[in-house]
Amino acid sequence: MSIRCLKFFLLPGILLVTSLAIAQTPAAATAAQAPATQAQIAALQQAVQNAQTNADNSWMLTSAALVLLMTGPGLALFYGGLVRRKNILGTMMQSFAMMCLVTIIWAIVGYSLAFGHGNAFIGGFGHLFLKGVSINPDPQNFYVQTIPEQTYMVYQLMFAIITPALICGAFAERMKFSAMAVFLSLWSLVVYSPMAHMVWGVGGLLNSNGGHIPSLDFAGGTVVHITSGVSALITALYLGKRVGYPHTKMAPHSLVLSFVGACLLWVGWFGFNAGSALNSGPLATSAFINTHFATATAALGWTIFEWFHNGKPTALGAISGAVAGLVAITPASGFVQPMSAMVIGLVAGFVCPFMVFKVKAMFGYDDSLDAFGVHGAGGTVGAILTGVFATQVINPAFGKGVATGAIDGHWGQIGNQAIGVAIAWVLSIIGTVVLLFVVDKVIGLRVSPEEESEGLDLSQHGEEGYDLNT
Amino acid sequence: MLKIEAVLQPSKLDAVKEALLEAGIEGMTILEARGHGRQKGHTEFYRGREYTVDLLPKVKIEMVVTDEMKDKAIEAIESAARTGRIGDGKIFVSRIDEAIRIRNDERGESAL
Repeated sequence: MSIRCLKFFLLPGILLVTSLAIAQTPAAATAAQAPATQAQIAALQQAVQNAQTNADNSWMLTSAALVLLMTGPGLALFYGGLVRRKNILGTMMQSFAMMCLVTIIWAIVGYSLAFGHGNAFIGGFGHLFLKGVSINPDPQNFYVQTIPEQTYMVYQLMFAIITPALICGAFAERMKFSAMAVFLSLWSLVVYSPMAHMVWGVGGLLNSNGGHIPSLDFAGGTVVHITSGVSALITALYLGKRVGYPHTKMAPHSLVLSFVGACLLWVGWFGFNAGSALNSGPLATSAFINTHFATATAALGWTIFEWFHNGKPTALGAISGAVAGLVAITPASGFVQPMSAMVIGLVAGFVCPFMVFKVKAMFGYDDSLDAFGVHGAGGTVGAILTGVFATQVINPAFGKGVATGAIDGHWGQIGNQAIGVAIAWVLSIIGTVVLLFVVDKVIGLRVSPEEESEGLDLSQHGEEGYDLNT
Repeated sequence: MLKIEAVLQPSKLDAVKEALLEAGIEGMTILEARGHGRQKGHTEFYRGREYTVDLLPKVKIEMVVTDEMKDKAIEAIESAARTGRIGDGKIFVSRIDEAIRIRNDERGESAL
């Protein structure tokens, strides 16, 4: 059991010893009072446990809400502002559709496949329809020692929602709504649940807690960002470029919306990372601080890169840098020291714009909203640097006093991280290619050139986002 | 009756309106437009991609005046809008066949 468990026994332990010491004093009434005292102690222990659960649960439910906020309206606004006006609703609907569809899939089978008991690669059907998902904590279970498993389930659901929503950035402005709904729903089962299981599920191959290849991913650098980012790249390659790309100007129609969305992402990410502590104790504090610090340095990094590259620092660059930092710190947030977090952010702040400005142009793929450049690349960078900077001083993930990452002396962890990254890449590539092929054959993925020119709002939804003349 | 159309820099709109009012011209229609003459556009950057924007924001003023007012109107516009640089804009004059006041069906110069 981890160190977190020990503190929860401390107070009851003190009470018990004190009560026993008092009970030893010779007094005629003592013998008759012993069973009553025992009952009192048991009640006190239960009360302490309940208090602990309530404290942790309140933070966890708040975190779950914050993570949902990241998708709606955070991501919806961020992506929405980046597309042309005629596609604003279509883009927002993609995020919203995930909020609805993934919830249903998760409740029925997704949670079971991700977190049910199975093998090293996938869970099972033990929690189909959320059967057996308890409303009470289970001190024997690492993840739900003080919080109800149902809280854990709904918290993880918010991650499952935002991950496919991120992929939408790659195929912005050109995918059919129906095809997107089917493709991403299946993706959630075929790529997301297995990856979540491998990293966080009991018995998962990459689980830091007893997995065959223990890799450190605090809040989902591999599970969320690499899978979505790499899948985004594959989708962009498969679907092809937007009509008129790259000669036509396809600039954001409202950086104001994107700015608001990015700030919501920043704040919401505190739930994403600090909530991954699964309690409201000091580890949540560490993750909170790391999240914040990395974002600041990453935004600065991207801004400096741009200032040199373009001659001017842009708002889009600054907010993109912030998102890159958030992505990169995600796997590291609960394992590293604050100064390390700043370094990780800074690195992402230079690597990600390089990927977006240079590598994308070099290869010519139309990753419209840079889902790969920011999430795929940022997630990979963050996952590797987690192996470098993880320290047992912040989180003794492998045991108290046991070296965690390279700065503790455990350089081999970088290798484990690389394996985790590789598995995420491979699973994403294969899963996405297969699903795209199947959905394309059955439904057809891309809108027609006329529909693309008309815009998704009208062609897919029969609506206009703005009717400023009324 | 003559129609005077002036394509101007948006920043000059207030000055031109004032000058026209002072010249005795009160009726006009103002449109927001985009365009360019020989003026080059500006560059914008979005995530490392450079775009030349050559459809620049402009303001267009339209007014219909009597033949006698033509020179005063042009004089007012030019003096208010001229900076001497490329991008100052252009004025076009064309003949108008008929002018009608909708309120009372008044026609001709008294409808202006």
